[in-house]
Amino acid sequence: MASIQQLKQISTQVRRDIVRMVSAAGSGHPGGSMSSADVLTALYFGEMNHDPATWRRDGAGQDAFILSAGHIAPVYYSVLARAGYFPLSELGTLRKFGSILQGHPSVRKGLKGVFQPSGSLGQGLSAAAGIALGKKLSGDPNRVWVLCGDGESEEGQIWEAGMFAIHHHLDNLVAMTDWNGQQIDGPVAEVAGEGDLKAKWEAWGWRVIVADAHDFEAILKAYEEAKKGLGTGVPTMILWRSDMGHGVDFMAGTHKWHGKAPSAEQCEEALRQLGETPLGDY
Amino acid sequence: MKQYIDTGKKDTRSGFGAGLLEAGRADERVLALTADLKGSLKMDAFAAEFPERFIQCGIAEANMVGVAAGLAVTGKIPFIGSFAEFVTGRVYDQVRQEVAYGHTNVKIASSHAGITLGEDGATHQTMEDIALMRALPEMVVINPCDYNETKAATIAAAKYDGPVYLRFGRPSVPNFTPADKPFVIGKADVMNEGNDVTIFACGHLVWEAIKAAEILEAKGVSAEVINLATIKPLDEKAVIASAGKTRAVVVAEEHNMAGGLGEAVAGVLAANAPTPIVFVNGGDRFGQSGSPAELMTAYGLDAAHVAEAAEKAISKK
Repeated sequence: MASIQQLKQISTQVRRDIVRMVSAAGSGHPGGSMSSADVLTALYFGEMNHDPATWRRDGAGQDAFILSAGHIAPVYYSVLARAGYFPLSELGTLRKFGSILQGHPSVRKGLKGVFQPSGSLGQGLSAAAGIALGKKLSGDPNRVWVLCGDGESEEGQIWEAGMFAIHHHLDNLVAMTDWNGQQIDGPVAEVAGEGDLKAKWEAWGWRVIVADAHDFEAILKAYEEAKKGLGTGVPTMILWRSDMGHGVDFMAGTHKWHGKAPSAEQCEEALRQLGETPLGDY
Repeated sequence: MKQYIDTGKKDTRSGFGAGLLEAGRADERVLALTADLKGSLKMDAFAAEFPERFIQCGIAEANMVGVAAGLAVTGKIPFIGSFAEFVTGRVYDQVRQEVAYGHTNVKIASSHAGITLGEDGATHQTMEDIALMRALPEMVVINPCDYNETKAATIAAAKYDGPVYLRFGRPSVPNFTPADKPFVIGKADVMNEGNDVTIFACGHLVWEAIKAAEILEAKGVSAEVINLATIKPLDEKAVIASAGKTRAVVVAEEHNMAGGLGEAVAGVLAANAPTPIVFVNGGDRFGQSGSPAELMTAYGLDAAHVAEAAEKAISKK
């Protein structure tokens, strides 16, 4: 497992990748990608039981991860590449014709690490619940992770899946919500009224953990806490308190960078703010 | 002309239930999921024999589709069952992303399809589901004609690796195909050979087509009847060959015009062997309450209408 210092370095590099990938593609979703960079880095480099060398789509013998909020593919792709699922050079092909890195995650282009396509919102929690149930039926003790958005949680299917997972005692399922409070049309509170997600998930009967998404000690602690769900018969929800666009001052805390590519100048400025890492750019 | 004997009326959904049980006995990866319609989908026997492989999802079809896709990712063979409208129109996007685009090995068991659902009325009588499922790349679409064929098609769907839409119905209808005949996906079945007109049909309309051929025979007209239970992939060779022989075609289905078997056959023939066609289908309408028999007549889907359509097709030669 990587040290906190190493995790910081990786997530900084992941943010650099995100900015460069989206800027080069000329479109994409940097805001939510940046807000989830730390938790996904900690997941793939610290918590998940996974091995790119033996990865199979059926997930046998390993943990599985589903990105329900498929539009934050840039962070997902960067973390997968940095974790060794495919060559870093592929990151420069994001959204380009013929790329394994489709605008939203696909299982059709030979991209290792992806279990199900996503992009149409609200569906990943159901798929993750299905994989979790499949693992239980097959006697596979590994866990299933899924990352949703808080805006995405306006989709009714998220709550259908929430009901299903508790009813079927899927304690091998850890769902996470990137609670950055922003969605494409504005703050979640203004667009649809996010309400108290903690109270809502607790009312659904889930174990709920709320943690700071940009503090690695808090992140790792939340993952330790999540682990205690195994054996309880109850699924776990981690609500990540995060900032959209975290790491670059002009992108942070606003919905305006939900789905906008930085210009060449903005990209340069963002990279200057993030600083270089020994890991190097792709 | 070959004689078909009704060995006793049975509902096609019970054929599904029997096929599901047999497929479940043959392969432990087979699972059954439903959205609070276990009894309607005839999953009781499967659920009793394999309680751990029966997954009740409650009235939440969208989630059921996603759960099934996830189960399929792990190597299971899930059948999801509900009424035709609720496993197609209600969850089209979920089926599109999680099942079709994800190419997960999910079998969509679609009961109570078409107008013969009867008394429940238009909210439940989908006549558009074939169109929706045909539109999805790579989706296999099957609408068997009776109990025996539905049972065999269910077993074939379990063995097939990939998404399948399996459509069947609620009413008791004649059971006339052989009990032990394996179902071959993508293969047309010539029920009767004839020379003057070809009647292509699927689902409940196959029996009506056979009865129509008897009406036509009495009038000296030789009708070929072909069961196109697999609507996609369509047996194009069989369609072209028969149309080339008879040069007059009827396509009969318990579905509306838009996107149904009729348009599938018309597309093949227009591109390969332009042939006069008359369509027997629901047109561009919603259903309504009534008995299945009343509705089949009112919507022009019974044997008399099929025979009439055949004569009209011949007159267009």
